[in-house]
Amino acid sequence: MKLVVIAGPPSAGKTTLTRQIVKRFKDEMIIAFLKIDVVKAYEDIELKKEFGILTKKIYSGDLCPDHAGVMVLGDAVEWAEENGADLLIVESAGLCLRCSPYLNQGLGVIVLSSISGIHAPEKMGAMVSLADIAVITKIDLVSQAEREVMIQKIKEVHTKIILMETNALQGNSLHRLYKLIQDSPEIDGKNLILKGNPPLGTCTICIGRKEIGWRHHFGVVQKLDGPVAEYLYRGE
Amino acid sequence: MIRELIIYPGVDKSGFRERFTYIKLKAGETVSIVGPTGSGKTALITDIELLAQEDTYTKRRITINGQVPSDEIRYNPAMKPIVMITQNTKCFADLTTEEFLRIHARARKISDHGVIKDTIDLANTFTGEKIKKDTRVTVLSGGQTRSLLIADAILIGAAPIILLDEIENAGIFKQEVVRLIHNAGKMVIFVTHDPVIALLTKTRIIMENGAVKNILYQNEPEIRAARNLLELDRKIGNVREELRAGKAITFDFLSVNFA
Repeated sequence: MKLVVIAGPPSAGKTTLTRQIVKRFKDEMIIAFLKIDVVKAYEDIELKKEFGILTKKIYSGDLCPDHAGVMVLGDAVEWAEENGADLLIVESAGLCLRCSPYLNQGLGVIVLSSISGIHAPEKMGAMVSLADIAVITKIDLVSQAEREVMIQKIKEVHTKIILMETNALQGNSLHRLYKLIQDSPEIDGKNLILKGNPPLGTCTICIGRKEIGWRHHFGVVQKLDGPVAEYLYRGE
Repeated sequence: MIRELIIYPGVDKSGFRERFTYIKLKAGETVSIVGPTGSGKTALITDIELLAQEDTYTKRRITINGQVPSDEIRYNPAMKPIVMITQNTKCFADLTTEEFLRIHARARKISDHGVIKDTIDLANTFTGEKIKKDTRVTVLSGGQTRSLLIADAILIGAAPIILLDEIENAGIFKQEVVRLIHNAGKMVIFVTHDPVIALLTKTRIIMENGAVKNILYQNEPEIRAARNLLELDRKIGNVREELRAGKAITFDFLSVNFA
């Protein structure tokens, strides 16, 4: 089974890109799709209705969605494999941009919109710098010069990233992406690990806690002035 | 060196094959693409800009000098032989004009630092209200944005093929731009609704329902029509600038301009 993990901010065009990938491969592969979101998501229902592929979704609720993704990904790989899938597409929630959900196998794709702001690639850190491929969407909305300025910014964050620009609604210029998916090796589901360190430390133990201020929290905490996570705080 | 660009047919909006064998455009040639809105004009120049290889929804294919362009030429701005001025009158990048141009010059691998100032100066010859180097591109007016992007395309893009999408809509000094581009010896392709621009080009591609419907070449009466229209256009321009400057039309003005 091949694996593609798609990440990126809300409204960047992750689902539209997914739809193009599904459209391209649905006749030659069994495709499974996992959507991770926080409160509400319709992508799984839409894709199932449109293409009849295997879909699942998980709501992370109070949990950090990328952490929820990490928790459930093992099960998702098993589910997809049990159902004979040839390609598993995982779409992240696209909320907090602190983590990178990419794995040591398969392809990691960051989806960025041309209008998402020129500093977005720098601010997003690992979500860009650990991706294999960057897909720039909505290129019909900006000038060629601005697209090239955006590309330059991304290249300055991640020199080796494979960049492609598209109007994902029409699926322009995605042949290279399809080729990369076709050529990507089968994954070994038993040996999947995250590419980057997730800053999950605070999430699990903060669930349900509405109090603000580090004194109300446990584990690795951070003060306004002072170093991050230098010590473990276990409460009074 | 770009000697020629060839467009191979794709499909129209109903999925039927376009009815031409190929369209060959040569270096130094001027071309206009005309047709009603929604007829596929922008899609055609977008295909050229992306150097489409049956991977856009029109399924057209473009070659340069008889060759399929390499990935490097298609995807690396520094290697790209094409600049396109789109209909956008807005920049979203939160950068000053100077920063924007500097990053773009970096993307196009231009090391000449003077190019930033030259580009702003050139842009200011196309537009009424001057652009300053520390103005943020997000607050430029529609006309200023397009003026800047046109100047950027000429000096920073500096490519042998220029694509212009409805340049007449920007409220800029159209004749200045057209003259400048005509003199540059480049292959220039205009998407246009403007009869002056359409008649000034040697080749006219007519679009309908997403497909190339016909190709016409400038004839003698058209050259004469263009000359008359240019004169008319200059007069309209004079009136426009008077009105823009807050003046009233006087008898003197009338006798000078419409004698």
